[in-house]
Amino acid sequence: MSLEKITTVTGRAVSVPGNDLDTDRIIPARFLKAVTFDGLGEGLFADARQAATAAGQVHPLDDPRFRGARILLSGANFGCGSSREHAPQALRKFGFRAVIAESYAEIFFGNATTLGLACVSADRADLTRLAAAVAARPELEVTLDLVGGVLRWEGQTAALTLRSSAREALIQGRWDPIGELLDGRTAVAAAAARLPYLAVPQK
Amino acid sequence: MAQSLFQKVWDAHSVRTLANGQTQLLIGTHLIHEVTSPQAFGMLRDLGLPVAQPHRTFATVDHIVPTDQQREPFRDPLADAMIQELRRNCAAHGITYFDLASGRQGIVHMVGPEQGITQPGTTIACGDSHTSTHGAFGAIALGIGTSQVRDVLATQTIALGRLKVRRINVEGRLRPGVYAKDVILHLIRRLGVNGGTGFAYEYGGAVFDRFSMEERMTVCNMSIEGGARVGYVNPDETTFAYLRGRPYAPAGAAWDQAVARWRATASDPGCGYDDVVTFEGEDIPPTVTWGINPGQALAITENVPDPATATGDEPAAIAEALAYMKLSAGAPIKGTRIDVAFLGSCTNARLSDFQEVAKYLPGHRVAPGVRALAVPGSQQVRQACAELGIDEIFRAAGFEWREAGCSMCLAMNPDRLQGDELCASSSNRNFKGRQGSPTGRTLLMSPLMVAAAAVSGAVADAREVFGVKS
Ligand code: SF4
Repeated sequence: MSLEKITTVTGRAVSVPGNDLDTDRIIPARFLKAVTFDGLGEGLFADARQAATAAGQVHPLDDPRFRGARILLSGANFGCGSSREHAPQALRKFGFRAVIAESYAEIFFGNATTLGLACVSADRADLTRLAAAVAARPELEVTLDLVGGVLRWEGQTAALTLRSSAREALIQGRWDPIGELLDGRTAVAAAAARLPYLAVPQK
Repeated sequence: MAQSLFQKVWDAHSVRTLANGQTQLLIGTHLIHEVTSPQAFGMLRDLGLPVAQPHRTFATVDHIVPTDQQREPFRDPLADAMIQELRRNCAAHGITYFDLASGRQGIVHMVGPEQGITQPGTTIACGDSHTSTHGAFGAIALGIGTSQVRDVLATQTIALGRLKVRRINVEGRLRPGVYAKDVILHLIRRLGVNGGTGFAYEYGGAVFDRFSMEERMTVCNMSIEGGARVGYVNPDETTFAYLRGRPYAPAGAAWDQAVARWRATASDPGCGYDDVVTFEGEDIPPTVTWGINPGQALAITENVPDPATATGDEPAAIAEALAYMKLSAGAPIKGTRIDVAFLGSCTNARLSDFQEVAKYLPGHRVAPGVRALAVPGSQQVRQACAELGIDEIFRAAGFEWREAGCSMCLAMNPDRLQGDELCASSSNRNFKGRQGSPTGRTLLMSPLMVAAAAVSGAVADAREVFGVKS
C-alpha cells in the first residue's frame, strides 16, 4: 500500500482556542450514530458553532474569512476524552490536514496520525504569535515543514515538535501501519505461540 | 533484574520493532461494541481481509441500547441499524457476541470481567477509551481508534510506542463515606487531566491491596481522565478469587497453571518506575467536580474556585467553566440544586455500587422535582440486584430502575439531559454537552453522593445525609 509522503503541509489556518478541547466537543456523540464515517464534517464542533450562532456570534469555523482553512490552531491537551476516531475523521472531512496545538491527548494523537492528519506541537508564545497573525490576515499561508521541524508564515518562523515515530510515519508515507502489520504475520504467529492463553480452544 | 508488570507483559507481547520505531504489539483479547466497530469491518471488507483470530474477539452492545425497555426494533432507526450491523458482522466472522437475549449483555467494560475474559498478564484492546478498566486485573488494557480496531481484526496487533510507568501508592485507609470514585477524582485533581500523558499508571499501596476488584475497576476506569491510556493493579488473591469459576476463566489443571503464570506477572519487589507518587488515604475527601473536565474537582466541604484569586492559566479556565456550569465564584458546592441524579456507567454501575447505596436508601425519598435513574451496567448486575431485592429498594425510594446500558453517561440513547439541567452523576466525564444536551451540566461523584443529592434535591455530603459513622 503506497501512501502519500507527508513532508510539508501548507495552507490557510483558523484558530479554535482553548485548552482541553475534548473529543465530545470536537464531535458530539449524536453524530456517532452511524455505521460509516461519511458526513462527519458537518458535526465538527457542532455544539460550539450552534451556541455561537444562537448568541449572534460567528464561530471561527463558520467565518467566511477562514473558509477552506487546512490548518487548525488550538491549545493544550487537544483531543482529550474518548477514543472516538470520529474526531480526527471529522477534522479531515471538514478539510483540515494539520493541527498545531500545544499538546495532544494520547489516543487522539495516534488516531490522527494514522489518518495522515499531522498533529504538531508548538510553544504557547509561538502559537499566540501565529494565531494573532492569522486573525489579522486570514488569507496568510502557513507551512508546516515536518522534515525541518519549522513553522513558517509571512517571513516568520517557529519551531515545531513532533514525536519521532509520528514524524517518520508521516514523512516516509507509513502513517497507516496496516501494510507493515500484515507483513509481520510470521512473527505474530511465533509470538502468539509463546502465550498459552491465545491457543484456539478445543471444542 | 526486577521488572514491572508493564515491562513483563509488554515484552511478552512484543512482536517486532516497526520502521518508525514503534512496537508491533500482540493484542490477546479484543473487545468490540456497536459504535466503533462497523467502520472497521467496512475497512476490512474494502481491503478484502478476513478476521485473523475471531476466537480472541468478543462483542456486546451498550451505547445505543435504550434502557427503558430493550425491545426491538428500537424506536431510533439509526440505533437499530447499528445493532443490526454488529450482529451481521459478528455472525459473518464467527465472533462471540453477547446479544440482548443472552442475559450477558452490558457495558463492554463490565462484560469482559464478568465473563472471566479479562485476565491478568494479557493485552486487551477495545475501541473505547475506558478500556483502561480492565487493567484492574493486571492487564495492559488500551483504548484504541477505529483504524486500530481494523488492525486488531486483521492482524491481532497494533503499532504502539512503549509507555513509561508511574507508580501511584495510596497508603493508609480511606475514611468512612469515601470510595474508590473519590480516590480517582482526587488523583486526577492532584495530577492533572493530562498528567498521565505518555504513562501507564500502576496503582498500589494498602488501600488498593484491600480494594475489591470492583473498586479497582472504578479507579482504573478513569485513568484515561487523567491522561493515562493504561492503568493497572497487580494481580493478587483478590483477583484470582474474582475470576475463579467465571465462564471464560481457565478450569481444572489449567486454572492452577494460569494462577501460577498470573502471579509471576505482578511487578517484582524493587522494580524501577519512571515516576512514583504517594497519597495518604486519610487525606482523600468525598470529592465532586464543579467544572467541565474531571480534574476540576473539590472536596464536598469546599467552595468553588474564584478566577479573581487564581493564578497562572487558571483564571480563564475557571471563568469558562463557571460560566458554562452557571455556578458562582467562591460559592459552596454543597447545596447546589440538581435536576437529575444518574447512578450508572462503566465507572460505577456494578453490584457493589448498588449494594452500598441500598444500605442507606431505605427511609429516604428522591426529592420532588428530581429525576433519578439507576441503571445497572449489565444484565448480570441487574439480575443480581433483583435476586437481592435491591431494585425494589431503589424503586421504593423513587428511582427509575432501568435496563443495562451506557444510558445517560453519553447521548447515544434516549436517556439525556434537557436544556441546562444539572445532573449529579456517577459516570466519568463532565465535558460540555456530554450528557446529551449542549448546555447540560454534570457533576461527577461517588454513587452514595449521587444518592445523597437525589434525596436532598441538591449536592449534599452523603456522610451527613445518611449518617455515615466515622
Ligand atoms: S458507560 Fe459511558 S464511558 Fe462507559 S463505555 Fe459507556 S459511554 Fe463510554
